Amino acid sequence: MWIAVITIAVIALVAGIALSYAQRRLPANEGDLVEQVNDLLPQTQCAQCGYPGCRPFAAALVDGSAAINLCPPGGDDTIRRLARLLGKEVMPLAESVVPAVAVIDEPACIGCYHCRNACPVDAIVGAHQFMHTVIASECTGCELCVAPCPVDCITMRPVS
Amino acid sequence: MSAPTYDLGKLHGGLRLPGHKNESTANPIKDVPIPAQLVLPIEQHVGEPAQPVVGIGDRVLKGQLVAEPDGEMGAPVHASSSGTVVAIEQWPVSRRHGDKAPCIVIECDGKDEAIAGGAIEDYPSLAPADLLLRILDGGIVGLGGAVFPTAQKLMQARTCDTEFLILNGVECEPYISCDDVLMRERTHAILSGAQVLMHALQINVCYVAVESDKPAAIARLGEVLGELGDERIVLKQVPTIYPSGGEDQLVQLVTNREVPSGGLPTDVGCLVQNVGTAAAVHDWVLCNEPLISRVTTVTGDGVASPVNVRARIGTMIEEVVEYAGGYTASARHMIIGGPMTGRSVTTDEVPLVKATNCILVVSESPHIGDELACIRCGDCAAVCPVQLLPQQLFWYACADNEKKLREFGLTDCIECGCCDLVCPSHIPLTADFRIAKGRIRELADEKSRAERARLRFEARNVRLERESQEREAELASQKESAKAAGPAAIAEILKRKQQRKEGDAE
Repeated sequence: MWIAVITIAVIALVAGIALSYAQRRLPANEGDLVEQVNDLLPQTQCAQCGYPGCRPFAAALVDGSAAINLCPPGGDDTIRRLARLLGKEVMPLAESVVPAVAVIDEPACIGCYHCRNACPVDAIVGAHQFMHTVIASECTGCELCVAPCPVDCITMRPVS
Repeated sequence: MSAPTYDLGKLHGGLRLPGHKNESTANPIKDVPIPAQLVLPIEQHVGEPAQPVVGIGDRVLKGQLVAEPDGEMGAPVHASSSGTVVAIEQWPVSRRHGDKAPCIVIECDGKDEAIAGGAIEDYPSLAPADLLLRILDGGIVGLGGAVFPTAQKLMQARTCDTEFLILNGVECEPYISCDDVLMRERTHAILSGAQVLMHALQINVCYVAVESDKPAAIARLGEVLGELGDERIVLKQVPTIYPSGGEDQLVQLVTNREVPSGGLPTDVGCLVQNVGTAAAVHDWVLCNEPLISRVTTVTGDGVASPVNVRARIGTMIEEVVEYAGGYTASARHMIIGGPMTGRSVTTDEVPLVKATNCILVVSESPHIGDELACIRCGDCAAVCPVQLLPQQLFWYACADNEKKLREFGLTDCIECGCCDLVCPSHIPLTADFRIAKGRIRELADEKSRAERARLRFEARNVRLERESQEREAELASQKESAKAAGPAAIAEILKRKQQRKEGDAE
């Protein structure tokens, strides 16, 4: 009988040590989790979530300080995938946006360079004092270039 | 006379369907006269649409290039008869359901003047690469219905170790018989095209595969093969099972090699070409006629006299049907392509294109019954020629589970429609799979867009970081040089600055 008790106790001890070791190891995997979350985000770098880009938002999601419904470009699909990955409840999007691309009204552009500096994915080309234009295929529709334009010549055009 | 051989591989599943082919094969091919107007879509192939090279008001000759390929994948478009370009505009097409596509509209003058150009009688003297370039200029695409540019397919096969050329004369889908009559009437052209293709690819074995329900075509092919005495070409008879004419299925049947998932027949050393494509290659290389006409089956109980016609690309479907005796009183639905893989259209005012192998007009289609819940009987899995599990795929398609759909091989589905036909619950599986495939593509696009945006964002951050470092380094080096010049020099500079300021003030 004692042999059985001791055997069980030893197994419990070994398992306990292994588990506590594993738990200490877990935070090291958080970086991977941030990468996984980042992979699910649409990479528009629009900052509409309140964080300065997709990766910081992913980090905030992993440490639990951000809600999963803050990414408008990702839409419901992204929320569903985030909920599945992070083991959270699916919730409705805080506010939804239609996918769009920025369009510069080229005759009105004064070549001030402000929008070009604002674009997180370098999708605006042009030189100082020269007309700028948007590379439509690279534009993520983040709207970050709209506000800095001093002559309001940038509009968002919805894409089908 | 060379007899067909029967040593075949095994095809999984498939169905024996009623053929409905005798109606349209009773008469020889009829030529549709030159229409008053031709409508030539610039996108009649897989890949990028061609770019028009003619302007409105230009006079064009039969066989003249009117649109050239743009980008890596594409095929040129030629005028099907002589006349004047009257418009380049959007026109309804059958390719995409209910959609319009840019077309070149030519008003024919009826003279049918052909453009001058030399046919290559002595093609064996050409280098294979030159012959491929010649084929590229002919606007030839796969005439079995997939319209993949033939030249690109051949060029891809040249980069692989290809052993066999397989001519596909199987035509397993019910109602369609254009390849059957083509094999009976243009046997020489088909086999000559095969020889050209074999030279272009430097292949020494060609299998001509024909389904067993076409005895007349098999007999005629055997006869001509006997005359030719070309031992490289072997006739193979395959059983009449739908879809034995699918590219991968035919490779399996003829060579007993399985095309890997996501792979191409060239992965197992095979290249499949439709018999119509081979005839088109012959017409272009040896007779200098690009792909400007094709044989189409006009059939179904909605057509007065079902027949195979040779029509010019760009002729209105309406005119083609009229030529085949017009509609019967019971005509209700029109399908472009066969009953299994074709697309139904709501108007006959669409042009005949390179892909149009059949115009099927039927009376009210029988009500197959309402869709019921899946009872997981597994009949669909038994008939699937790709050995997929349609019931499982249906489950995941409903759940929109992209990962599982991929895992269960949805992308290998050839959309043959066998599972639809056997489903006792009348579930439109193929239609669901088409939607699910579109969704998978969409997700992949989204993913690649996000990936590109991330790379650009990271590259930008690296650039900003580098720029700020460069600025700092510049400032530091300026400070350094000022320090090196010593305090006297700095005092001197500051004094000059002060003087300038005072001067400005005055």
